[in-house]
Formats: sequence, C-alpha cells, structure tokens
Amino acid sequence: MRRRRAGTGRVIRRRMLVAVPVLAATSMGMFALGAASPIDPAQQYAGAAAFTTSEENLAQIRANWGVDDPLPVQYARWLGNLLRGDLGWSTSRHEPVVDVLTARAGWTLLLVGAALALVLVASLLLGTLAAYRRGGWFDRGLRAVAYAVQSMPVFWIGLAAIAVFALTLGWLPAGGLTDVTATGTDPVDVARHLILPVTVLAIAQAPWFVLFIRDAVAESLRDDHVLAARARGLPGRTVLFGHALRTALLPFLTLIGTHLPELVGGAVLVETVFSLPGLGAVTVQAALGSDFPLLAATTLATTVVVLAANLTTDLAYSAADPRVRLDD
Amino acid sequence: MTDLAPPPISTPARSPRPGRRAALRGRGRVGAAVAAVVLVGAIAACLLAPLLWPLDQSAVDLARTRLAPSWGHLAGTDELGRDVAHRSLYGLRVSLLVGAVAALVAMVIGGLVGAVAGTVGGRVDRVLMRIVDTIAALPHLLLGIFIVAMLRPSLGAVILSIGLTHWLSTARIVRSELLSLRTRPFIDAAISGGASRTRVLTRHLLPHVLPRLALATTLMVPHAVWHETALSFLGLGLPPHLASIGNMINDGQGSLLTGAWWASIVPGLALVVVTLALAVLTGRWRDRLDPRVRAELNL
Repeated sequence: MRRRRAGTGRVIRRRMLVAVPVLAATSMGMFALGAASPIDPAQQYAGAAAFTTSEENLAQIRANWGVDDPLPVQYARWLGNLLRGDLGWSTSRHEPVVDVLTARAGWTLLLVGAALALVLVASLLLGTLAAYRRGGWFDRGLRAVAYAVQSMPVFWIGLAAIAVFALTLGWLPAGGLTDVTATGTDPVDVARHLILPVTVLAIAQAPWFVLFIRDAVAESLRDDHVLAARARGLPGRTVLFGHALRTALLPFLTLIGTHLPELVGGAVLVETVFSLPGLGAVTVQAALGSDFPLLAATTLATTVVVLAANLTTDLAYSAADPRVRLDD
Repeated sequence: MTDLAPPPISTPARSPRPGRRAALRGRGRVGAAVAAVVLVGAIAACLLAPLLWPLDQSAVDLARTRLAPSWGHLAGTDELGRDVAHRSLYGLRVSLLVGAVAALVAMVIGGLVGAVAGTVGGRVDRVLMRIVDTIAALPHLLLGIFIVAMLRPSLGAVILSIGLTHWLSTARIVRSELLSLRTRPFIDAAISGGASRTRVLTRHLLPHVLPRLALATTLMVPHAVWHETALSFLGLGLPPHLASIGNMINDGQGSLLTGAWWASIVPGLALVVVTLALAVLTGRWRDRLDPRVRAELNL
C-alpha cells in the first residue's frame, strides 16, 4: 500500500512536469496569436466612441495597458497577473474575467457532468445488452443507429430536438436556463430546461461509448473466466454484469478520459443552441468579439480541467487494475 | 451490377486474388453499395452544380420567404426567400471542398511529424509524441475557435484552424507504421544489400506508409467537415453570405423557431447523409487494410 501511494505521487509529479511546459507553450502560442491579430484593443475598448476619440486618448489607453510593449514583456506581465489570480478585464462583457468564469463555470460543469452520467448509464446498459445477443436484431439496430448518430453534428441534433419537442409537441422549453418570468434559479425550473440540452449532448457522444462497451463485453464473454462462471452454474445476469462487463470496464475508463475534450467541444455547441449561460457560450461570444483576455482564460481553464480529469482517469485505472503501472 | 449478387453459399467466399471484387463481398456490402452510390451522386452533383444549376449567392426574394417544401421548392425557402435545396447543394460543395483541403493540410503536418518521429526515433520521438498526446488531450474545438477568432474568420483561417487541430492521429499512425516497418526483415535485407538511407526511405518505407496515410486522410475528411460546419454555425467560419452547411443551419435558426424547420434541418440532413456514406466506405477500407487496428481513428 505504501509503495502504491509513493508510485501515485511520482506519477502526479511527472505529469505536472509535462503539464506545466505544455500549459506554458499553449499560453505562449495563444498570446503570440493574440498579438499577431489585427485587432486594436484600445479601439475595441472605446467601441463606437473610437471614431470620435482623439488619437492622443487612444494612445494614452494603449500606453496604460502597455499594448505597445515588446511581446515578451507583455507575456511576462500577463503571466504574473495570472499567477496572482488576476485574469484581466473582458473587453466584450465589460467586467472582470474572473467574475465571468465564476458565474458561468458551474452551469457548464452541471451540463457536462449530467450528460456524462447519462452517457455512462445508457451505454453500459445498451452496450452490454447488445453484446449479450450479438448479431441479433437489437445489436444490429443499435449499431446502425450508433453509426448514423456519429455522423450528426451535435448542434443539428439540438435544433431537430427543439423543432420536435419544444415547438411541435411543446413538451419542453426551447432554450434558456429558466422561464422568462422566473426571478431566481428554481431547481425544478432549471432541471426542466436542462433535459433537452443534457439529452442532446449525451446522445451525440453516446455512439463511441456504446460501441466500445458492446465490443469489449462481446470480447470478454469469450474469456475463460466467463466460461468458468457459466460452468459453475451462476445465473446469466450475474455472469453478464458481474463477470463479463466488469472486465470490460477497465479500458472504458481510458475512453472516458480521451473523450472529455469532445464532450467539452459538444458543450460549447449545445450551450449556443440552447442559449445556456455557460462557459461554452461565453467563449463563442468572446471569440466573436475578439475578446482576448476572456478567450484565453476560458481556453486555459478548460485545458487545465481536462488535463486534471485525464490524470484522474489514469490514476483510477491504475488503482482499479494493479497490473497497470503508469511509467510516465 | 452482377458483382453485387451474393456469392453462392456452397462455395466458400474465397477469392484467388483479393482485389476489387472483394470490396463488394462480405458483411455490410449492401450498405457499402448504397453508400458508394450516395457519395458518387453527391460528388457528381456538387461538381456539376455550377453548370446545371448556377446559384447567385446574394440573390434574395423577399416575396417568397419561408415557403414550406413544395414541387417548386423541394426543401422550401429560407428567411430571405432563397431555395433551401439549391443552397444545400452549394453548401455541401463548399463544406466538402474545405474539409478535403483541411484534411490535406492535416495530412502534411501529421505526416511530417510522424515521419520524423518514426525515422529519427529516440529522444526526438519521445518529445514529439508527448506533444501529440498532450494536444490530443485538449478540446480541439476550443483551440480551433481560438485560432479562428484571433485570425479573424475567413476561409484561410478555417482551413488553418482545422489543419492545426486534426493532424494528431495521422502523426500517430505514420509513426507506428514506420516503427513496425523498421523491424521487418525486408528492411534489414535492403540495408545489408547496400541500399542508401534515401533509397530505403523512398523505395521501401514510403510505399508501405502511403496507403495508410491516404486512409487516415480520407477518414479525416468527415471530421474536418464537421469542424468547419461547427465553426460556421457559431458564426466563426466562412463569410455569412456564402452558402455553407454551417452558415445555413445558423441562418435557419430564426426560421426554425417560427416553425420553418426546413431551413436548418435540410442542409444538416444533406451533410449527415454524405458524411455517413463517406464514413461507411472508409470504415470498410480500413477494415480491409488492417482488421486489427480498428480503434485507431475512432476520434
């Protein structure tokens, strides 16, 4: 036990050693791109007033912000502020970036978390059932649907869902987080508004998970230990879920880790379709408004979260399977 | 079409020459045939569209907005009175073209990185692959959005954004193929026979890597198309007046909320059908090339 914990600590340290240069390189690349972009932050700050503001005033703003300093100086200043927790001022939303992040990150986490939970439950169930009767009508139908859904852009599924369930049937709201008349965030109201977005995001991501579980369980149903369990006369359900599915679960952890970036990308699109006040939607607004501080912050924050989640799945993997040693 | 007839059951399905005909045998051949017809039809329609049905990208007809599908307008009209079916065809044309060019950009980047990692090896290989692993762990849509936003949305920015975020799997495939080739006896034989480094590379390694590179690039096309569509949908892609699938879905959102669902749903459906056909065919190609590495490109 002592050895294992020491190993885990080493893995975390090593990953950090890789993650820090990667984050530095990512932020530097973003910064260089931002500096190379043809957008003048002073004019952007002034907005429509830029046409009437004198050139001296604009130059003053530039000097105050240090926009004309050499790039490394600007980067060092930005990084220093970042480390002190100051993420800068959002030029498109006219409020501190930190406030934008804290107000919205929770909704995105809720959306992604709920969708992930739904995907996991549904894919474990459907994939295992398909593998149990592989080649049967359920298996073939499920796989056909999965391949078809793989080709559908998530925002298109979202719009189709709005057209059917919100506009034609009128069962669920078409967008937003609460009713227009609502004054606060009532959990029931929010839940009703999140049903469509969460389901759409889950459906768009489900094919990879369902197909993976189906193949993995089909594979492990042929394993010796499953045969042994059958030979001992254990009931079919126990063998299927307790023995076959269990062995198939391990590589599944890795799939979750590698699919998180996709899920985040999907969340950006789903939030835009359903007008949810999450980080994804605000990232798009920042991109449309060329709001570098906000865009850099959301991209970096997501990167950190995804890297951390990846590390967690890898650690969970090694904890679940003692044979696996994380060498790097 | 006689090739499509199922082989007689008495004789085992074994061909003396596993060539073109084998493509039409085995499981899922009906699906593959349908996919081939759809794909060829779509590509032909896209190529012939400017000759047969020229489109004025800026034409508007405000007297006939949001008309429901009819014989005059097979898929109805959008909020500016433009024919949705007609524009979908042009959107498909633009999206497939952008997807193909972007996949080629990704192929060049990924091919170069994979080739360097696979042939130089050692420390260079480790560093390059670690970089690949880490970029693969980032949400590529966000990176793509960032690149486009900073370069200002345009055709070039979209292609660059896709190319810079989609080369990773190609690099991995080329590298692993080179690594496994290097240990094969025929390479040893070539080297001991006095072949120069260049000769080994061009005459022995390249011919083996090329089919995989081609496959990886083709498999990338649908992903590139989806990425372009997503960017355009967010308003960060191609110029808004240009008929592209993403732009049309984006424009159609307003119509959708007023009940004219066809303006958004039909262009998306066209894209889904064509990319599905492409995915079915390339999936078959992949399974034939190497049945073992099925999961390699399941992004």
